[in-house]
Formats: sequence, C-alpha cells, structure tokens
Amino acid sequence: MATTVDKPADLEQRGDHLRRASSGNGGGLVPAEGRLPSVEDRSPAASTGIWVGLTAISMTFAALTSALVVRQGASTDWQRFTLPSVLYFDTCILLASSITLELSRRRFASALGGLRGSVAGAASWLYLTFVLGMVFVAGQYVAWLQLRHQGMYLATNPSSSFFYVITAAHALHVLGGLGGLVLVVYRMSKSTLRRSTLDIASRYWHFMDVLWIYLFLLLWFKM
Amino acid sequence: MHDAPAHVVHQHAAPTSFIRKYVFSLDHKVIGKQYYALALIAVLTGMVLSWLMRLHLGWVNLKIPGLHLLSASGAPGDVMTPEYYLQLMTMHGTIMVFFVLTTAPFAAFGNYFLPIQVGAEDMPFPRFNMMSFWVTFTAFLVLISSFFVGDGPTLAGWTQYAPLSAVGAAAGPGQGVGEVLWASAIAIFCVGQLLGSLNFITTTLDMRTKGMSLWRLPLSAWAWFITSVMGLTAFAVLMPACILLILDHVAGTSFFVASNLVLNDQLQPHSGGSTLLWQHLFWFFGHPEVYIAIVPGMGVVSHVLIANMRRPMLSHRVIVYSMGALAVLSYMVYGHHMFVSGMNPFSSLAFSFPTLIITIPSTILVLIWIGSLYGSKLRINAASLFALGFISLFISGGVSGFFLAQPSIDIMLHATYFVVGHFHLVMAVAAIFGIFAGTYFWFPKVTGRMMNETLGRIHFWLTFVGAYCIFMPFHYLGIAGNVRRYQAFVDDYLVGLIPLHRFITVAALITGVVQFIFLYNLIHSGFRGEKAPLNPWQATSLEWSTPSSPPPFDNFGGRHVVVYHDPYQYGIEGATDDYVMQDSPAQIQSVRDEK
Repeated sequence: MATTVDKPADLEQRGDHLRRASSGNGGGLVPAEGRLPSVEDRSPAASTGIWVGLTAISMTFAALTSALVVRQGASTDWQRFTLPSVLYFDTCILLASSITLELSRRRFASALGGLRGSVAGAASWLYLTFVLGMVFVAGQYVAWLQLRHQGMYLATNPSSSFFYVITAAHALHVLGGLGGLVLVVYRMSKSTLRRSTLDIASRYWHFMDVLWIYLFLLLWFKM
Repeated sequence: MHDAPAHVVHQHAAPTSFIRKYVFSLDHKVIGKQYYALALIAVLTGMVLSWLMRLHLGWVNLKIPGLHLLSASGAPGDVMTPEYYLQLMTMHGTIMVFFVLTTAPFAAFGNYFLPIQVGAEDMPFPRFNMMSFWVTFTAFLVLISSFFVGDGPTLAGWTQYAPLSAVGAAAGPGQGVGEVLWASAIAIFCVGQLLGSLNFITTTLDMRTKGMSLWRLPLSAWAWFITSVMGLTAFAVLMPACILLILDHVAGTSFFVASNLVLNDQLQPHSGGSTLLWQHLFWFFGHPEVYIAIVPGMGVVSHVLIANMRRPMLSHRVIVYSMGALAVLSYMVYGHHMFVSGMNPFSSLAFSFPTLIITIPSTILVLIWIGSLYGSKLRINAASLFALGFISLFISGGVSGFFLAQPSIDIMLHATYFVVGHFHLVMAVAAIFGIFAGTYFWFPKVTGRMMNETLGRIHFWLTFVGAYCIFMPFHYLGIAGNVRRYQAFVDDYLVGLIPLHRFITVAALITGVVQFIFLYNLIHSGFRGEKAPLNPWQATSLEWSTPSSPPPFDNFGGRHVVVYHDPYQYGIEGATDDYVMQDSPAQIQSVRDEK
C-alpha cells in the first residue's frame, strides 16, 4: 500500500477567491480604465462548454452524413441535380463573415489593451458580420427557391430530402450564431462585453463556416 | 498535485420566490430532485403498464376493470386488444429507458451530487441546467399525450424499427399521430440530455476546487462524467434520426421506407428508403444508452460499497479505466443488435469481436468489486445490500451476454424472451438497484433525515428475490423458443409455457407492490424520519463536508473548499476515527487510491 503525505495548503477565504476570479483578464490585457467595468478574466467553463457544444453539433452532422451515404448506397433511386448557383455566392459570404468577425475580435482585443478608439471599429466589423450572416441565411432561402424551380421538393427524391434537411439544419445553427452576435453587440454597446464572450462567439461562428465548407463539398460531390 | 482553478458561478442570488425556488430553479440540487421526482412518476407509470401487459400474457381474455377508461378502442369491454398490448409494451420500454434509467441515475443523482463532489457551488451554466429538466419534462408530457390522441400511442416497440415506424397510420393503431408524438418526444428529450451533458462535462473539467485533481474525484463523479460524454455523443445522433423519422411521416420523404411496400392493400407512396439505416442510427445511440443507464450505477455502487467496507477498492484507476473502456467500446458493438437484420454477415463478425471484448472491462469491474469485498467487514444496511444486489444482477444478466454476442447462437435466441431476460437483468433491474443504493445512501444528505432501515432491508430482500423470480425464467422461455412481443401464446409449443408466464405475472405483481414499501419509506422518512447526523456513514467525499443536510444554497456555506486527499481515506491508522475527509488539512499517512 503506497502512502502519501500531503502538505496542507492555506485555506482561502471566500472573499479572496472572489477577488481572484474577478481580477485581470488572464490574457495579459488590462481592461480600459473606467470604460469597461465588467471585463473579467477568461472563463474556462464557457470556453470548454463551447467545445463540448461543438462536439455535439459535429456528431449530429456526422450522423446526417452517414445517413446520406448509407441512403444513397441503399437504392438506385438517387437523383442527381444541379446545386443552386447561389450557394457559391453564399459560401463566399460566410467566408467573408468569418474574416470580418476576426477583424472585430482583434480590434476589440486592441481596445482592451488601451486603444480606446478601436472599440468603435470593432463594433463596425461586428455589425458587418451580422449583416453578412443574415445575407447567408437569406441566400440559403434563395437556394431552396432555386431548387423548387428545378422541380426538386423535400419529398421529390432522397437527394433533395437530404439537401433540404442538411442546409436547413446548418441554417438553424447559423441563426443561433446570429442570436449570439446580437448578445455580443448589445454587451459591446453597454461596455460590458468580456473578451472571452467574443472569443467564444467567434469560435462558434468560425466553426459554422468550416462546417458549411464541409457540407458544401459533401453536397457538391453527392448531389 | 494539480490545482484546478475554482470558479464563482453563483452569480444568481439565493431565490426567494416560490417559482424560482421550487419550479424554475437554477439550483442544481433542486433540479436533481426534480429529475428524481420525474423518474419516480415515470417508473410508477411504466410499472403499471408492465402489470397490465403481464396480466394479459397470463390470462389473454382477462377483463381488467377500468381498462376501457384508458382506451375505449384498445380495451373494448375491458379486454386488451393485441394492438393495445403492443402499444402498452412500447410505452413501457420508452418510459423506462428514457425517463427512468437515464434520468434517475445520471440526471437526478448527477445533478445533485456532481457539483458538490467536485467542490463547486453549482454547475457552470445554471440556466441550461434548468432548461435541461424542463425540456425533458416537456418530452415526457408529449410522450404521455399520445395515450389521449386518436388511436393511442405507437405500437412499434421502443426501438421503433422501420418500416413499421415510418409508414404512417396505415401500419396500425398509433402509427399516425402517436408515432409522430413519440419521435417528437424523443427528439425533445435528446435536447434536454445534451444540455445536461454539456453541464456535467464542464463541471467536471472546469469547476473542480483547489486540490481536486481528476484522480481525486470519487468514482461516482467519474461515472457521471463518463456517462455525460456518452450522452453528448449518443443523443446528438438520435435527435437527427428522430427528425428524419418525423419527416417520413409528415413530409412524405423516404428515408426509411423501401419501394413498393404494400400495407393493408395500399401501395405506400415511398421509394428506395433503407430500413437498415434506422437501425444503424438507432443502435449507434441505443447501445451507448445501455451504458448510460448502467455506468452511473457502477460508480454509485462503488462509492456506497467503499464507505461501507471502510476501505478503497483494490484499484481506483482500473475501475475508472474500465468504465471508460465500456464507454468507448459501446459505440463499436452496436451492430450486435442487428445480427439477423440482413446486414452483411461479415459485419456480424466485426461487431461480434468487440462485443466479446467488452466483457473484459465488465469482468474486471466485477472482479475488483468481489476482490475488494473479500475479507472486508462490510456494514450491512439497505444501501450496501442494494449495492450487492446490483453486482449480483449485473453478473447474472451479463453472463447471458456471452451467448448473445455470438452471431451463430444469437440467430436462434434473437427476439426471444432470452434477450428480454438478459437486458432486464443487466441494464434495467441492475440500474434500478443502483438507484436504490444511491437513494438509501444519500437520502440523509438530501433531506436531513434517515430512511427506515428495517423497511429498507425488507424492501431489498423482497425486490431481490422478486427480480430473479421474474427475469430468470425469461431465459428458459427464450431457449424454449418463446418469441418476444407476442401478445398471446396459441401455438402448441408455447401453450405449455403459459403456466410459467402466469408465475412470472404473479411475481411481477408482488414485486411491484413491494415497491410501495419503498415509496412509503421515502415519503414518510422525508417528513417524519429520524434526524440524520451530518455524516451518518462516516464517509469521506465532499458531499459529507457540507455544513448542513440538505446543503445550503451555495453548498459549502461560503467556505472555499480545498481538497488534500484522495477520495477514499478509510482505515487510517492513527486517525481519530478510521477515516479522513477529503478536505481535512490533517497530515496523514494516507491510503493512496491512485493506483
């Protein structure tokens, strides 16, 4: 039986604990004096949480992918169709939105570093990201309309069924991301935005971007 | 020693209004109790359904007084129709698997005790946690509502095999609206469990207090963590599967229905769907679900036994590794449910091999439990008895798994009562014994009162004997060729088995009634039970370090807990008692669990 002798650590008081958790921002950046009173340290729980959430989302789309592959291989009724042209435009829009969000995130980090003038710039890029996200969702709707013009409805063929299901599922997740951006914009306007919140929102948004590239390629090969 | 940072999560103040305190509470302890209450309602519902089914199986034309009130078309003249039998069976399975075996050992106990055992004040996302329960509750309501629509709930079994589940009302009673309600309820349930898993994982990884390294987590906390990882990945697959199933119903898609299917002289308007696709998606969730039900029980039982043996398990780490191995392997074995589905026979071999492999971590767990018990002076009480019962049932149910893992034998035993006996023992009743063990053990902490020990022991012995009387004969029935899901036994080779079915029915009725002893004990002790000391079992983990029972809103009364020891410091020489709490700063020659 092995033994250990643990050195007792000093018991910390709750007050110390609170102060430690709410001071600094963990990234070496100091809150702008007097302007961002609620800027706190990076929150590991939320940071871990977003990865956990993205894992679940990945599993959902992996399930849909495997379902598509199995369903296509299971029968001879798979009907190929031309992908709506607006999807190419949409892909560019989503890529651009990731770039604008990254610009916003960097401006905001600079603002936290003391360059106050950059907060407005960060907000501008954020607004643009939001608009691009809206354009993307609208573009997906146009894609569905274009598909209808080809005579491909949800139940027309398994290929169109999967197209609608996958694109709608992704669009719903993007709408969730837009909801997150609204929260970020609101907090930025109130000067209560934490850097970690923007980091987490960015991570989610970039993931939606990468996920779309994957889905677009999947659809491009399979449809 | 790894010092994980502790975090402040109780940004919300202690609630004062009734709604915030008891209904839409953000407190993980209240949410845990809500889950337990939901599981209690669900298990009573599921048990009554099983009584109705068993009565019908024993005496086919038996009039069950009042049954027509539940369904006029399903039980005309109070006699159950064949279709209604299948509907009750489907609802029994669904309610038990999802709303009892998932919610009680994982969501209920885990919500209440995981944050406390890691030394946190709450989970990191309390609002998600609250949503998790209410979404799950909504799923339960949606499922139950199918009893009250048109021709009742679905009859396709809890596995919902296509094409029966996907073709719609033409397939029989409950396959229209009832089926859509089933798929909707389960999709909603998945959302609730995903939110719960998110909280469990982040709580374990990020909310551990100072000194609480991963290896200092109690085995129950490890079990909930491993289960939450399984829940996150499994429910994320079942949810889109249910959505595809709903679309086959309401949008006319053909994901799961093959071409040229004629039902009741009606050509179904579907083409080229894959019935096997549903089975792949379902069992990719379904087999991990088996372990979602049982792994928390493994952790709870280990935790309970250690406190009553007064010494740690032979190997703390090997138990954790074994539970982790079960989780990983559970995704690789799912095809053993499909040996006779018509999939490629080589696939059967591929799934058979890991199925046999998965018996290794299971066996290791059993050997560690038995080896640790050997020579220990186990304190016998209701909690430890149910823990022993768990091991017994897990072994008895697990042994039959060896047979079913082999395709050549499974071809004969598939879809017989042998399978029903196997899974009821190994995942259902064993898991419920884990729930009972946890309830008797943690009741003093949750309520501040002790449960009646005598009633607890009576409850154990009658339930233990009853469970074996019900489910061991199932194996014999299966070997005799008794196919499951038959609502009556009219063939010559089955008629001779009817007396055994009647014995099982009587045993099920008695064992079910015995559960009201537990229910009485639970409710009566909650109000009138003997006041419990803070640490009645002289246990070492952090839930016994709270300043009161039940714990205060922030769990530790404002104290920032620091952990100094491995979780199970029992049999300590030189200590005032024979144990040292995890948060005791005393320097000791400690028993190291990390081996």
